[in-house]
Amino acid sequence: MQQPRIAIGGFTACFNGKAVVKNLALEVEAHERLAIIGPSGSGKTTFLRCLNRLNDLDPSFSHSGKILRDGNDIYAPNVDVAELRRKIGMVYAVPVTLPWSIYDNLVYGLRLAGIRDKTKLDERVEAALRLAFLWDEVKDRMREPANVLSGGQQQRLCIARVLVLEPDVLILDEPCSGLDPISTAKIEDALVALKAQHSIVLVTNNTKQAARASDRTAFFLLGELVEVGATSQIFTRPAKQQTSDYLEGRFG
Amino acid sequence: MRVSPRTTERVAVGVLWVLASITFSVLAFILTYVLVHGLPHVTWTFLTRGPASMGREGGVLPMIVGTFLVAGLAVLIAAPIGVATAVYLTEYTREGRLTATIRFGADCLAGVPSIIFGLFGFVFFAITLKMGLSVLSGSLTLALMVLPTIIRTSEEAIRSVPYAFRDVSYGLGGTRWQTVTHVVLRSALPGISTGIVLSLGRSISETAAVMLTAGSALRLPRSLFDSTRTLALHFYILSREGISMPNAYATASVLIVAILALNLFAYWLMRRFVAKVGR
Repeated sequence: MQQPRIAIGGFTACFNGKAVVKNLALEVEAHERLAIIGPSGSGKTTFLRCLNRLNDLDPSFSHSGKILRDGNDIYAPNVDVAELRRKIGMVYAVPVTLPWSIYDNLVYGLRLAGIRDKTKLDERVEAALRLAFLWDEVKDRMREPANVLSGGQQQRLCIARVLVLEPDVLILDEPCSGLDPISTAKIEDALVALKAQHSIVLVTNNTKQAARASDRTAFFLLGELVEVGATSQIFTRPAKQQTSDYLEGRFG
Repeated sequence: MRVSPRTTERVAVGVLWVLASITFSVLAFILTYVLVHGLPHVTWTFLTRGPASMGREGGVLPMIVGTFLVAGLAVLIAAPIGVATAVYLTEYTREGRLTATIRFGADCLAGVPSIIFGLFGFVFFAITLKMGLSVLSGSLTLALMVLPTIIRTSEEAIRSVPYAFRDVSYGLGGTRWQTVTHVVLRSALPGISTGIVLSLGRSISETAAVMLTAGSALRLPRSLFDSTRTLALHFYILSREGISMPNAYATASVLIVAILALNLFAYWLMRRFVAKVGR
């Protein structure tokens, strides 16, 4: 049995002492797409932001329990948080491009890491854009401002911007919430291809997307994990009443 | 009887237009009045010579140099301190008693009349620190005076940078310092420079504070410890002591044109920069 890429045990996340994620136990395997569904306010986003320690920036945040990445506690005191965030790449709900050129957006993470070599930057940028299915659309437009791209292109740019850093886990927070079906399909296609090298954690409010674009699905409710299982099983034979109620639209 | 919404709309537009044009015409009147009385006396000699017989004759070259020295140095001192304070207040500390105190202090400082700053500068820089009436005393005093403006405008500019930009930068492995310098300050720069240009304009036109700290020497300043007279103060002395009204207006014209040119230059610089960054 292979070690899971990420293993979460007894993890609780609080803001101002109020628990938003409660006593969570969950594992993410090396090459899988895990979807997280649940009504808003279930702690899905908070959970994602714990994986790359982005919540640390909020002074009211506190946590207990463990998150292990390849067996090592990511909240251990000697962890290089910047390095952790490079390796656990996050994509946000709204595509946020920095007010610079497409190229400058893409190489920003590498520059932060101190990589200056032009050839190396260009290589990584091309590889990442190809993985995000965006290369053909932007290869001749690198110097244009990133915000002239369409919403779907911008979101794929955001994915590529993260891929440039060669992360091993991708965490996506409702990446398609503002996009049209065609853009959504392109991103889902990219996720299928990315699975080969990355673990993917996809938070989504769109249960159909979870059904299409994941191998396993976890259902969160009010900060607790109700159940997790193979996507086909969750959507056809959920073990818990709350899960089937949610999937059938009885609440949430 | 009820007034129809259309009439209300028309009256509102009319009233607003009248009030706006009052503002504009006052400005236009002052500018034209000064320029009409002053520009005819602004000659090449006036711009390139020192004054003779207390300013009745000759030009204002030492005042032009003095003005830009004092004001430029003031902004050079105040801008880094002000921007650093704003960065600390917005990015490096939690809202709390300390930030509230610093902010309250800055706001109080902004409301202090300039003559009080002048008095403080005279007692502290000129006398206690033995700088005398000098360019340095004047610019340090002006720096203190414009500091609150720079802090507050920079703070506003920094706050208006979307929080999501910071999330992106941290998410890509940026440290706080990298995020502040690469993303936050870069995006806030137009707002910050507006504050700095405003402060430069205020420093150039300040009279009371420089009178008490930079003095009113007529010579060209040779060092930062020399006394100098700024254009605004020269205008004040020429008109107040009835030395020469034509030269007073000419000085005022130079001052106005200089500030105008400075603002235009600053806007040009800013737009060029924004265009470059947004490429």
